[in-house]
Amino acid sequence: MKPTNIKDSEYFHKVVDCQYACPAHTPVPHYIRLIAAGKYTEAYMVNWESNVFPGVLGRTCDRPCEPACRRGRVEEEPVAICRLKRVAADFKDDIAQYLPEIPKVKNGKKIAIIGAGPAGLTVARDLAPLGYEIHMYDDQTKGGGMMRSQIPSFRLPNSVLDQEVNVILDMDIVKHFNQYVTSLKDIINGGYDAVFVATGAPKGKDLPNLPGRWDAKENIHIGIQWLANVAFEHTNKIGKKVIVLGGGNTAMDCCRTSRRLGGEEVKVLVRSPFKEMKASPWEKEDAIHEDIPILENHVPKSFVSENGKLKGMFFEKVEAQYDEKGKRKLVPTGEPDVFIEADDVIIAIGQENRFEWIEKDLGVEFNEWEMPVVDETTFASTCAGVFFGGDAALGPKNVITAVAQGHQAAISIDKYCQGQDISDRPAPDVTLISTKMGIHEWSYDNGVSADLRFVVPQEDKKITLADRKKEVELGFDLQSAFKEAERCLNCDVQTVFMEDKCIECDACMDVCPTQCINFTENAEEEDLRAKLLIPALDKSQDILVSDILKTGKVMVKDEDVCLHCGLCAERCPTSAWDMQKFMYKTAKAGC
Amino acid sequence: MSYIKPKFEHPRAPKNTLGYTRKEYEGSLSTLCAGCGHDSISAAIVDACFELSIEPHRVAKLSGIGCSSKTPAYFLNNSHGFNSVHGRMPSVATGANLANRDLVYLGVSGDGDSASIGFGQFAHVIRRNLNMTYIVMNNGCYGLTKGQDSATADHGSVSKAGSVNNFEGIDMCAIAIELGATFVAQSFSGDKNQLIPLIKAALSHSGFSLINVVSPCVTFNNNPGSTKSYDYVREHNEALSSLDFVPVKEEITTEYDEIDVKMVEMHDGTFIKLNKLHQGFDPQDKLSIINALQVARQKDEILTGLLYLDTESIELNDLIGTVNKPLNSLTEKELCPGSEVLEKINAGLR
Ligand SMILES: Cc1cc2nc3c(=O)[nH]c(=O)nc-3n(C[C@H](O)[C@H](O)[C@H](O)COP(=O)(O)OP(=O)(O)OC[C@H]3O[C@@H](n4cnc5c(N)ncnc54)[C@H](O)[C@@H]3O)c2cc1C
Ligand SMILES: Cc1ncc(C[n+]2csc(CCOP(=O)(O)OP(=O)(O)O)c2C)c(N)n1
Ligand code: SF4
Ligand code: SF4
Ligand code: SF4
Ligand SMILES: [Mg+2]
Repeated sequence: MKPTNIKDSEYFHKVVDCQYACPAHTPVPHYIRLIAAGKYTEAYMVNWESNVFPGVLGRTCDRPCEPACRRGRVEEEPVAICRLKRVAADFKDDIAQYLPEIPKVKNGKKIAIIGAGPAGLTVARDLAPLGYEIHMYDDQTKGGGMMRSQIPSFRLPNSVLDQEVNVILDMDIVKHFNQYVTSLKDIINGGYDAVFVATGAPKGKDLPNLPGRWDAKENIHIGIQWLANVAFEHTNKIGKKVIVLGGGNTAMDCCRTSRRLGGEEVKVLVRSPFKEMKASPWEKEDAIHEDIPILENHVPKSFVSENGKLKGMFFEKVEAQYDEKGKRKLVPTGEPDVFIEADDVIIAIGQENRFEWIEKDLGVEFNEWEMPVVDETTFASTCAGVFFGGDAALGPKNVITAVAQGHQAAISIDKYCQGQDISDRPAPDVTLISTKMGIHEWSYDNGVSADLRFVVPQEDKKITLADRKKEVELGFDLQSAFKEAERCLNCDVQTVFMEDKCIECDACMDVCPTQCINFTENAEEEDLRAKLLIPALDKSQDILVSDILKTGKVMVKDEDVCLHCGLCAERCPTSAWDMQKFMYKTAKAGC
Repeated sequence: MSYIKPKFEHPRAPKNTLGYTRKEYEGSLSTLCAGCGHDSISAAIVDACFELSIEPHRVAKLSGIGCSSKTPAYFLNNSHGFNSVHGRMPSVATGANLANRDLVYLGVSGDGDSASIGFGQFAHVIRRNLNMTYIVMNNGCYGLTKGQDSATADHGSVSKAGSVNNFEGIDMCAIAIELGATFVAQSFSGDKNQLIPLIKAALSHSGFSLINVVSPCVTFNNNPGSTKSYDYVREHNEALSSLDFVPVKEEITTEYDEIDVKMVEMHDGTFIKLNKLHQGFDPQDKLSIINALQVARQKDEILTGLLYLDTESIELNDLIGTVNKPLNSLTEKELCPGSEVLEKINAGLR
């Protein structure tokens, strides 16, 4: 193999598994160390820079970083990255002094943002400090989008959301709230230099053709509308027996909310097997903890009502069968249909976009699924000056994806307004600095904690089920936060190898606790991976290959389960290994 | 500086027949200088014991004084250990071995420990053919006391301070063969491929096994002009053969009729497979190795590999007919056989 080019910042970027997996590439280990050091405000600001809503995300993020976390490969559980973010938010001081200044004199460019959810707010936050005049349209009374209308207060208190949304709205944003935009043409004609469409995916899917659907329709609800009605206090009760249809996170929020509005026998019914449900494992756990059974392999067949009053639903029992390609088919088991009683049914089977307010003659092209044609890097539509982001761009995902797309769209909008080429993307800001402080001393805590993941304490169920707004999770206290933070392996402190210094004494290879380091004859990647002390089977994890050493061998390090403990560098007589802190900041608008 | 090893290991770390991973054979984090050859030898010991699936509690590690003699703290933490007085490891090993012949005895020493202060003990443990593996971590200096020339420093070798050694160096292997050692090998700390099978073979040998391992002292004897530096040893290393250690039960399927391959059966039924044997050299022929060592000395070569092996070796316990069981397992009945037996013994002495 050719020697690894560590000058290419993508190489070390990939080694920081969590940051790489985070759509916004939040520098996770950096903020975790700040938490361990008791610097909560700094830790918060590192998050705020990259993910805009640390308090929200520290409670609700889908956390793609955690399944990617290295810690999960060397022991059972990843670091509680998400809940540590909440610690930063819970214990921060006033952040006012760290916020960017908003120019009093604007730069003469006017931007319309339609939709005040996370995507729209991110674009506002990125562009307002650059002097843009931002006009924000939303049909709700307050900003936040689905973070406000959908995510229930027992997971995300309003106060937390308000604080983080207001920080942005206070950046001289011109609010046009309580206003549903019915024509994109009108907006474009309103004298804006660019328009950002961030209207989300606001339409809940229905089962319009299921027999009996329209017979007792007052008691059959669409999940996201129902949740919004609860959030805005138009709905405050539900029947004792509730069926929730669907296996995603919306279904989990619906069933848990039902339990708080009077639902005593709340059941979730899913078509798929339990383990294939879309809901995150922790959401399922929380639902089950609130005494909500999840019945798998039940396909809805019909609604049953008597004299206009809902009685329940019939379900067909199925089982999952898989073909050679692993493709799933749900096949009826032949058992008799199951009847389940219900006073109310909530349909939570997915969301769709709504673009009837976008005129067809504006030049905004739509594809066969009626989604706008959007460039996945620039988030530009086919109509110059109109950009999309968040759930409105590429379909429903989550808050952190909406934020990440918002950042990219903001870069494009800024370039567009400055007459620059939007396809020319700014490079990340990357630094690599030695952590060496003395012979065997590093500026990071290189000891590896053996603690297992700490559990976030929850409020007593009796209390939380009685009050819809009572937050379930209590968050880490500072002591467990410290210990949890210490579980982080500091994957951003990179093992940098300098072949010209190596005398091939093998000390690093001998001391490596996970046997990552090898000195061996060079070969093609496949063979090289196979012949390591412990073969490097996971191709998604890179191997670091040196140039040819004096004896003709090469050093090969499998990044997969490196603990970043620095022992190789401590045992190296010539400092051929150095532990260097890698900082990767994605570019933001105006940088 | 780290003092504690992380407890984690590779999730796919291989297991031996006992179900143990390499971790079970490791020791504490080394406090030797970074890059010391001794640490590589410790790692080779760990690998050899792991691969042989030796139960750690069946090993006794013994040593004298020196950086080398400190290494038992850095391997086999689950084994017995005795850090003795300078140069006195052989007598402690002899006593322990006579008291309990069931354990695997692994002695670790340095060139100072064995060739200077302990030279006498070294000689006698060899001539008694004590059943043990004796590893000399040979760096040509007294590392622990800051690098004075030792008795194995070669004539003409230059110290870090620049002085030239005017004395003849002691050749540990030649001496051992002269004194009747039944297993003699030489190796280099930087060549695990050779060292690990040698340690395995030595541990399987019944009788005294010496492995003299050239092991650079990075701090005091790795300078240009030193004949025990990484660079010098790599340049002057002359392997007599490469070898594989073939465990007992493994079936020998390949045919070994090639001229340059020799299979040697060990006392316990294991085999050593010697590949690419040097011409005119046979490790079972004493004269051939004495000759080879002399020639190598003239050519400034360091001969490595298995130098000499006597498969007919009779170890000390069998030579002097000690009891087969460890002394600690003997009961009062066997230890105090009664006045009748005493009478008989006394009668025999009259
Ligand atoms: C029940 C539920 C729970 C969820 N839980 C989580 C979670 O725990 N974690 C997570 O990361 N994600 C979660 N999500 C997903 C997440 O809320 C969305 O992916 C995210 O909010 C999308 O952000 P956005 O900015 O693209 O749009 P949205 O947040 O949907 O914001 C769009 C805004 O635009 C407004 N709007 C739409 N059309 C118009 C118009 N024509 N004129 C004016 N205003 C308009 C909408 O009212 C809304 O305020 C959840 C979603 C649901 C449905
Ligand atoms: C009886 C006695 N004499 C002298 C010493 C001082 N001393 C300690 S270590 C050592 C030499 C060790 O050399 P070596 O065995 O080669 O070990 P190395 O440190 O080189 O591995 C000496 C002379 C001592 N500890 N005890
Ligand atoms: S151990 Fe820490 S730095 Fe590494 S992936 Fe997990 S959270 Fe990120
Ligand atoms: S410890 Fe240093 S000098 Fe020794 S082999 Fe490793 S990198 Fe090379
Ligand atoms: S002084 Fe020499 S022998 Fe002792 S630990 Fe350091 S390098 Fe090794
Ligand atoms: Mg020495």
